[in-house]
Amino acid sequence: MSGAEAERTLAMGQDEAIGGGRQSVEAPFGRALARLGQSRPDIVGLTADLGKYTDILPFRDAFPDRFFNVGMAEQNLVAVAAGLARTGKVPFATTYGVFATRRAYDFIAIALAHSNLDVKIVAGLPGLTTGYGGTHQAIEDLALMRMIPGLTIIDPCDATEIEAATEAIAAHRGPVYMRLLRGSVPVVFEPGYIFEIGKARRLREGSDVGIISTGFMTERALDAADALGKQGISVGVMHVPTIKPFDAGAVAEFAASVGQIVTAENHVVVGGLAGLVVETLFDAGIAKTVTRIGLPDRYIECGAVPTLQAKYGLTTEAVIATIAGLS
Amino acid sequence: MLRNSPPGSADIGALERKAELLRRHMLTMARGQGQGYIGQGLGIADVLAALYFHELRYDPDNLDWPDRDRFLLSTGHYSIALWAALAEAGIIPVEELTTYGADNSRLEMSTLDTTPGVEMIGGSLGHGLGQGVGQALGLRVDRSDARVFVELSDGEMQEGSTWEAAMSASHFKLDGLVALIDCNGIQADGPMVLDMDPVAGKWRAFGWQTLEIDGNDMAAVVGALAGARERNGKPKAIVLRTLPGKGVPRIETSEKSHFFRIDVAQWDGIIAEFDKSVGPRQ
Repeated sequence: MSGAEAERTLAMGQDEAIGGGRQSVEAPFGRALARLGQSRPDIVGLTADLGKYTDILPFRDAFPDRFFNVGMAEQNLVAVAAGLARTGKVPFATTYGVFATRRAYDFIAIALAHSNLDVKIVAGLPGLTTGYGGTHQAIEDLALMRMIPGLTIIDPCDATEIEAATEAIAAHRGPVYMRLLRGSVPVVFEPGYIFEIGKARRLREGSDVGIISTGFMTERALDAADALGKQGISVGVMHVPTIKPFDAGAVAEFAASVGQIVTAENHVVVGGLAGLVVETLFDAGIAKTVTRIGLPDRYIECGAVPTLQAKYGLTTEAVIATIAGLS
Repeated sequence: MLRNSPPGSADIGALERKAELLRRHMLTMARGQGQGYIGQGLGIADVLAALYFHELRYDPDNLDWPDRDRFLLSTGHYSIALWAALAEAGIIPVEELTTYGADNSRLEMSTLDTTPGVEMIGGSLGHGLGQGVGQALGLRVDRSDARVFVELSDGEMQEGSTWEAAMSASHFKLDGLVALIDCNGIQADGPMVLDMDPVAGKWRAFGWQTLEIDGNDMAAVVGALAGARERNGKPKAIVLRTLPGKGVPRIETSEKSHFFRIDVAQWDGIIAEFDKSVGPRQ
């Protein structure tokens, strides 16, 4: 294949997260929600014309009377979910992260969080998981959502965690914003993996460098740690799937146990995980070097997802290179 | 004890006297702080009297009763009227009304849902109707016949979210949802800065069964509410033409009607004027 053909093959439409040769599960969120719906008649589903693209159709097909598509109207999506919650329902409302956060912010802040209503926003296309450019890439959603009091924020890594987190947030009382990995989602964690809201997990022990990561960057972090171990660099990995409430205690303890820290997130490097880690270390009086892997504070162009992830350093290779280059 | 279940035949005179009582409470409340959203409160008093003392099905001793009718005040800054109605309904103590707007009072100048009887946090305009749609959907899932009444304002129709909600209500055929649109002709910057007419035509175009009435005419209000009971697959809109400051000439004619701030001596004069116009206190 010539170079030109290769470029045409990798096009904007290639949205899926890169599997890295791992097994994958189709629509783990929708399947988990449809399962939960059997035992939880209070769960209802909503979307704003993105049901097909947020994996919620298995729930709609199982419970058509408990599913509402409000059309392209994200403010109304959240307001209707709030009203449903007031009648004792537990709404799961899906859209893309960009629309939930940028278009419906006031509704999430006031209609949901201010009243601590039991609504779960499930937000597709987090960070660089789409090539559709700045309109569709939710690269700053964690930062925006972090500022809302009482909102629980989850950035899951893989199919196993999405299923576990869907169950956990359904059981949790209060508003939640969860990033969604859709379609064919890789399996990174073993079946015994335990997800708990508010808990960070130490997945690899290491002493030279500690990677603190969230979302799918934990997959890259684990692969990087394995590769770097073979080069004689001891790398620990702490996975932080809950951005809020942040497990500051575990993060500080982990940071204290390693030589220096690298944060890795599918998000801009301001206001999200990196910001939280730096604030946590400062509060804990830990003065160590922190290197931030993530997206720059700018709009990202259109392109194929693998191309963009490589360009902006969200690949295993980029994590390895960053850590190998640390002094 | 269950109220208005079902609504009996309306005693228009008695409801008018209730509205006067709500207005009297509001004047006392505004005097306490020397300020408040009194113009809007006085304008909507007749509608609240008709709702709480005739149309709404509720139990003041069981506010969480799942089958209660809901009243959502989307314009949170109209709270002065809601507090007066909730006090007369026996949901909050009448004596508490004098704390309106004071530090640590739960009778805020804009509603929070931590106060008994409040079904949503109003104030960020354009939030109410969508939440009413959600409540109506939830009641349908539960097979409840309870209805949802949402008050919103003419200015609030300028928020796009109002129309997102209006579209979805007719799509979902929420015939137990009643929008009460208070058209008092004022908004923060003064008289309507963006012309909203034809109001009724807009709601009809969005698929709502719509009626436009004088919102300060008790018989018309009661009649419109009765007409909205029909379960015919259509949400109901009642366009209420109201006079801000209704019942108090000095406020009716004021240019400062959006937010009213005058000194205590003048409040005393206003209250005396009101008492004189309505006759001896009930």
